[in-house]
Amino acid sequence: MLVDTVHRYAEKQLRATYRQAEEDAATPARVIRIGWELGLLPASIDAEYGGFGEYSALTSALYLEELGWGDVGISLHLLAPNLFAMPLLLFGDNDQKSAWLPRCTEADFPNVSAALVEPVYQFDPNGLATTAERDDDGYTIQGTKTYVPLAQDAQVFLVFAQERNRTQAFIVPADTPGVQVAERVMMMGARALPLFTVHFRGVRVPAANRLGGARGIRMNRLLTASRISASALAVGQARAAYEYALQYAKERVAFGEPIAHRQSIAFMLANMAIEIEAVRLQVWEAAWRYDEREDASKLAALAKKAADAMVLAVTDDAVQVLGGHGYIREHPVELWFRNGRGFAAWDGLIIG
Amino acid sequence: MAIEFRTPDEIEKQLRQVQVVAENVMRPESRQLDDNEHSRPVNFVHMMWPQMRDMERANLEASLRRSSRGDDEERPTKDQPTKDQPKKPRTGNLALVHMIEMLSWGDAGVYLCIPSSGLGGAAIQAVGTPEQKERFLRRFTEGEPKWGAMAMTEPQAGSDTSNIQTTASFDEATNEWILNGQKIFCTGGKLAYAESDGVIVVWATIDKSAGRAGMKPFVVEAGTPGLEIVKVEEKLGIRASDTVSFVLDNCRVPADNLLGDSVVAQDARGESVTEAKQGGGNKGFKGAMRTFDATRPIVAASAIGIGRAAFEFTRDALAKQGVRMDYESPRWKLTTAQADLLDMEIQLRQAWLLTLKATTLLDTGESNKLMASMCKVKAGKAVTVVTQKAVELLGPLGYSTQTLAEKWMRDAKINDIYEGTGQINTLIVAREILGYSRTELK
Repeated sequence: MLVDTVHRYAEKQLRATYRQAEEDAATPARVIRIGWELGLLPASIDAEYGGFGEYSALTSALYLEELGWGDVGISLHLLAPNLFAMPLLLFGDNDQKSAWLPRCTEADFPNVSAALVEPVYQFDPNGLATTAERDDDGYTIQGTKTYVPLAQDAQVFLVFAQERNRTQAFIVPADTPGVQVAERVMMMGARALPLFTVHFRGVRVPAANRLGGARGIRMNRLLTASRISASALAVGQARAAYEYALQYAKERVAFGEPIAHRQSIAFMLANMAIEIEAVRLQVWEAAWRYDEREDASKLAALAKKAADAMVLAVTDDAVQVLGGHGYIREHPVELWFRNGRGFAAWDGLIIG
Repeated sequence: MAIEFRTPDEIEKQLRQVQVVAENVMRPESRQLDDNEHSRPVNFVHMMWPQMRDMERANLEASLRRSSRGDDEERPTKDQPTKDQPKKPRTGNLALVHMIEMLSWGDAGVYLCIPSSGLGGAAIQAVGTPEQKERFLRRFTEGEPKWGAMAMTEPQAGSDTSNIQTTASFDEATNEWILNGQKIFCTGGKLAYAESDGVIVVWATIDKSAGRAGMKPFVVEAGTPGLEIVKVEEKLGIRASDTVSFVLDNCRVPADNLLGDSVVAQDARGESVTEAKQGGGNKGFKGAMRTFDATRPIVAASAIGIGRAAFEFTRDALAKQGVRMDYESPRWKLTTAQADLLDMEIQLRQAWLLTLKATTLLDTGESNKLMASMCKVKAGKAVTVVTQKAVELLGPLGYSTQTLAEKWMRDAKINDIYEGTGQINTLIVAREILGYSRTELK
C-alpha cells in the first residue's frame, strides 16, 4: 500500500534527518534520492509520457499527510518538481507534455522548478506583478520572483506571469538570456528547502512556450489542486505536533502527576485532535470531489483556509504543552511551529 | 472506515421532501411558536407522523432482525476513505442525521416536537431485549402520534450523571420496581407522558453504594400513576419544545420495564467496577453512554441545521448589499464581513463532516464514541459562534425580532449544552485520546 510505504519513508528517512537538514539548511541528497525512488510523481503521470499512473488528489492527499508528518522542509524539496510537472499535466498541450514530462519520470531527480511567488507584502496569485507581453513571435517576461525552489540547479522554470489581467504560465529554460538566479532566500521554517530569488529581465520565449497553447491555463484550477495538497501536508504537520505533545504530556510529571491529568492540558490536546480531524475530512472531501471531475474549488479554498489556521494553532499549542522545553531546539515542536506559520504564505507553492 | 461524501440518492430524495416541510410548514410558524411558548405545532406533527411511523417501523424491524441474528458485534476499523464501498451499507442513521439537519434548518424547537420514540427510543434500541423493543417501541409504528423521552438529569446531578439520587427498589411481592425521586430538564416529557401514549426512560439507581454500576434505565409508560409533572420550563430558545420537571412518588413499573439486567457488576474486591471494565451483560451506565454515541451526532446535526439557516440567511441578505462570497482571494483582500462568512461556512462544513463520520461509524457498527463526542464539541461550538456572528453581521435588523436570526442564536445555544456540554464532550475526547480513565483525568 502506497500510503504505508510513504509513512515508512517519512519515519525512517525524514524523521531521522529533519533536524540536521533544518540546521544545515540543506536536504541530504540520499534522502531525496530514496524519496524519488518511491515514484510518487511518475505515479501521477500517464504512461504516454513515461509515467505509470494517473493523478488522484485523494491518493496524493493520503501520502502527503504522511510526508508532512515526516518533515515539511524535506518534503517540499522532494515535491518541488511537481510544481513544474503538475501544471504541465493539467494544462500542457501534447507537444509540451511530450517535450517535458518524460524528464520528470526518469530515474534521477529532475532539475525543474516553478516561479510563482513574488517578493511583496500582499501576494495574490491572481494579481501578479511579473508580466508577459505578447508580440509577433513570442512573449517577453519581466519581473522578479522569490521562493523559487532549487533554482540553482534548475534547467527549466515554469514562470507565472500576468498576461492581460490573467495569470498564465510560460516554460522558460534556465539558460535563456535575462534569467538570473540571485540570492538564496531563507524562511522562518522549512529551511531544508533551498529557495531563491530569480530575476526575469526582458526574457524572450517563443509563443509555443505559453503553457496550454492558445487556451492557456486556469490558475484557479491549479490553485484548487495545490490547496488540497498543501492542506494535506498541513494535516500531517499538525498530526506530528499533536502526537508529540500528547506523548510528552503523558510522560512529563509536575505536581506529582503527569501534566496530561490536568484538564488545561488535556483539553488543549482534545481540541487539537478535533481540529486536525475536521480539516482532514475537509481535505478528503475536496480531493474526492476533484477526482470526480466536479468543481472542487470552493471546498479546496475552504479546506486551505481552515488548514492554515489549524496547523498554526496546533503547532503553537504543541510548543505550549511542552512549556520551556518546547522553546528549545532539542525538541522538534519549535520547528513545527515555525513550519506551521508557513502554510498561509505557501499558496500555490505545494502540489502533490 | 469508508466515508461516503456523496449523499446517497435515496436520502437526497427524502431530503427534498423534508425541505418542503421545513420551508412551508416550519418556517412560516417559527416566530409565532417561539412567541407562544409550548403551544403545540399541530400542523407539523400531523404532517410528520406518517413518515416517522414508517421510519420507526423500519428501525424496529431492523433492530429485531439484528437481535435474532445476534450480530451486534463491532467490526474492525479501517481509517481511510476508499472508493470501493461495501455493496449495501446500512444508512439508517445517516438518513436520520440528514433529515434532522434539514428539519432544524426549518425550526429546531418545532423539530424537537417531532412525534417519535426519540431519546427514550434510542435507549431502548441500545440496551433493550427484543421483547422490550416490541412492548415499548411497537406503539410508535401505529395509531396516533406518540413521543418518547429520556430523564437523566436531577437538580443536583447534571453533567455528573452518576450522582443521581432517584432510586428503584424491587417489590418481590408484586414483581414491580418502585421509583422515587425527582427529574428535571426532561425534553418532551409532557408530550411523552401526558399528551400521548408514549414512554419516558427514567434513570434510577438500584444500589446507591455501587455508583455507576447501580444505575439502570426504566421505562415509564404514559399515564403511569406516581409520576407527576410539576413544572414546564420557560427557556432561552427551542420554546416550541417542552422541557419538564417531574416527581416520582412510589411510581410502580413492572419488573420487565428495567432495560437490560439488574446485575450490579462487582470486581474481585467486592467493589463496583467502572463501566470500562463491565462485560456485555451489564448494560446500565454503559448503556446510557452507548445511547449518547447515537444521540450526540443527532444533536450535532440539529445544531448544524440551525447554523446553516443562519449562515444562508446572512449570506443572502449581505449579497443584496453587495457583499459577495469570495473563495478565491487571499485573506488580506477580503472585507471583514467576507472573511466572517467564510469562517462561518468552514465551521459548519467541519462540524458536518465530523457528524457524517460519527454517523457512518454508527451505521457500520464500528466504535464511534470518540467521533460522537468530537462532532458534538465541534458542532456545539460552531453554531454558537456562527449564529452569534449572523446577528452581528445583520446589524439592527439581525438583533430585532423582524428576522429569525436572533431566534436562531437562542435556539443554537442548547446544542452546546444538552447531550453533554461542550466541556463534558471535550473531556470524553481527551480521555479517549489519552487512554485515561475518569480517575486519571477528572
